[in-house]
Amino acid sequence: MDLSSINPILFFASLMVAATPILLAAIGELVVERAGVLNLGVEGMMITGAVTGFIVAVATGSPWLGFIGAAIGGAILSQIFGFLTQYLLSNQVATGLALTLFGLGLSALMGQGYIGIKAPSFPDIHVPVLGDIPVIGPIVFQHDPMVYIGLLIAIAVWFFLFRSRAGLVLRAVGENHDAAHALGYNVRRTRMLAIAFGGACAGLGGAYLSLVRVPQWTEGMTAGAGWIALAIVVFASWRPGRLVLGAYLFGGVTVLQLNLQAAGVAIPVEYLSMSPYLATIAVLVIMSAGRSPGSLGRIFHAAR
Amino acid sequence: MIVLEKREAPSRLWAWGSPVMAVLLTMVLGGLLFAALGQNPFTVIRTIFLDPLFSEFAWFYRPQILIKGAPLVLIAIGLSFGFRAGVWNIGAEGQYIVGAICGAGVALALYPMDARWLIFPTMVLAGASGGWAWAMIPALLRVRFGTNEILVSLMLVYVAEQLLAAMALGAMRNPEGMGFPGSRNLSQYPSAANLELISGSGMHWGVVAALITVIFAYVTLSRHVFGFHVRLAGQAPRAAKFAGVNPARMVLICMGLSGALAGAAGLFEVAGPAGQISIDFNVGYGFTAIIVAFLGRLHPIGIMAAGALMALTYIGGGIAQSSLGLPAAAINLLQGMLLFNLLAVDVFTTYRIRLLRKEVT
Repeated sequence: MDLSSINPILFFASLMVAATPILLAAIGELVVERAGVLNLGVEGMMITGAVTGFIVAVATGSPWLGFIGAAIGGAILSQIFGFLTQYLLSNQVATGLALTLFGLGLSALMGQGYIGIKAPSFPDIHVPVLGDIPVIGPIVFQHDPMVYIGLLIAIAVWFFLFRSRAGLVLRAVGENHDAAHALGYNVRRTRMLAIAFGGACAGLGGAYLSLVRVPQWTEGMTAGAGWIALAIVVFASWRPGRLVLGAYLFGGVTVLQLNLQAAGVAIPVEYLSMSPYLATIAVLVIMSAGRSPGSLGRIFHAAR
Repeated sequence: MIVLEKREAPSRLWAWGSPVMAVLLTMVLGGLLFAALGQNPFTVIRTIFLDPLFSEFAWFYRPQILIKGAPLVLIAIGLSFGFRAGVWNIGAEGQYIVGAICGAGVALALYPMDARWLIFPTMVLAGASGGWAWAMIPALLRVRFGTNEILVSLMLVYVAEQLLAAMALGAMRNPEGMGFPGSRNLSQYPSAANLELISGSGMHWGVVAALITVIFAYVTLSRHVFGFHVRLAGQAPRAAKFAGVNPARMVLICMGLSGALAGAAGLFEVAGPAGQISIDFNVGYGFTAIIVAFLGRLHPIGIMAAGALMALTYIGGGIAQSSLGLPAAAINLLQGMLLFNLLAVDVFTTYRIRLLRKEVT
């Protein structure tokens, strides 16, 4: 074993890349849960985003269009969940699970002809001036654009939720849907929009896996990333700042584990591969103190 | 304007009618999907739902319904208790894997001892205990720390899959297997094999266990006070508390029960139809069982019927794959669609549709 083979600069740089798909999916789910909806279908929307993004990118040759396609794909899929839970008043846990199972099947079917193809490359950008700073430059400022877009989305979500009127309405809907309804806010519409946003973000996260991180399409490639994103929302106590922290922490565990594999630690690869999941459980145990939005997961049926 | 109005009591007619509606709706929507894939929808639907039962080679496929249905029913019965009580065990797949590993471990440790009366029952016990122990992790974390059992049980599926790979490549690898991954074939080890009880019927000990579990679950739910508590905890948690139902105990029992049944299902599979611990041992029964549980209305008899239907789609899907060149994923899609349709149609069980004229205010 040779731990000195782990380069700290590379380690922190790849940490940011490893955290990005989870960050994207989790920030979307955070908005959904703040609106009082528990969508357990993140995994299904992510993998559907991964395959639609990949197909669009291969067909057009443009990763940017791929990401847009992935966001649209995830949002469309999320609307099935939205329609069932908001209009047909189905159980959110069961519907979310159905969405995951459906998404896994759908993506495998769609991606059939795309196995083994390489995605068009998505070059890193070298941020002028900042990218030249020693140590910090290569760690923070020499990534592909989606790393920064993910962070921008997180900041935008924070601003929206806590500094805008629409965000206040969304939180009100999530805290107490009956009161929000009585005040004249449209609970259903707010939630449908939140669900669509969550789907789009999950789609982006999935596409980041298939277009940048891997970058290939394989069946079931999200391997639980969507569920980890759900766990990180709980870890973050539904706060965007802590969510970014949680995603980076998770990225750190993933990269460390991969680095240890490469360094030839005397532990079989399979046991090292368990670590992200075990870390997620540990984090859930330690951080289960946060208070969830008041109406989370409850069915809203407007009495008249 | 169309509005939904809550029924005073859930409609019994719809409660049992909606699964049938959902299946029919899935056939229609599935047909459209297959048409979009360039297949003749009628041929595909017939191949999936009817050919396993009535085609020329049905004698070969019919036993498969028992073989594939048994693990689904075993797992789904366990899950149904938890789902009724609001305890969401989503990680049955992991408990299934760990049950198989534990059960197979017993057999491999005692190989080549010749004592079927001792080895096979011990294996079943070890399998059930393994699944139980794996399910106790999320259960205890939920009870002690309030951790979300959905996420923990699901994370443990991925851990179990890695453990399975580690076993197939390491500790349990067949020493006479020329270095290939995978354990010894248990179905060729007479003391450990889960053999067909009646030749050509597909009936093995797992099927027997599934049938006993169905009866046992039916009696428990309808006649025993525990079954009443389970229903009470799900429908009226506050009332359940006043009736003296301990929520923590409910979590532990429901999770433990579903874990043990999933573990047993894994053991029957590894000792019989699958034969060995290998990397691709698990094929998603733990997840499909969730669909089976809902499709069967969380009712033991319903689950048995739903399990048979799901087994049918697996077999029919296999036939469609080989004879029509349909992708395997199409069946997963069809199963997911079925759950969606069920949840959608279910709205009529608790609500009825009212047409409202715009009122003049």
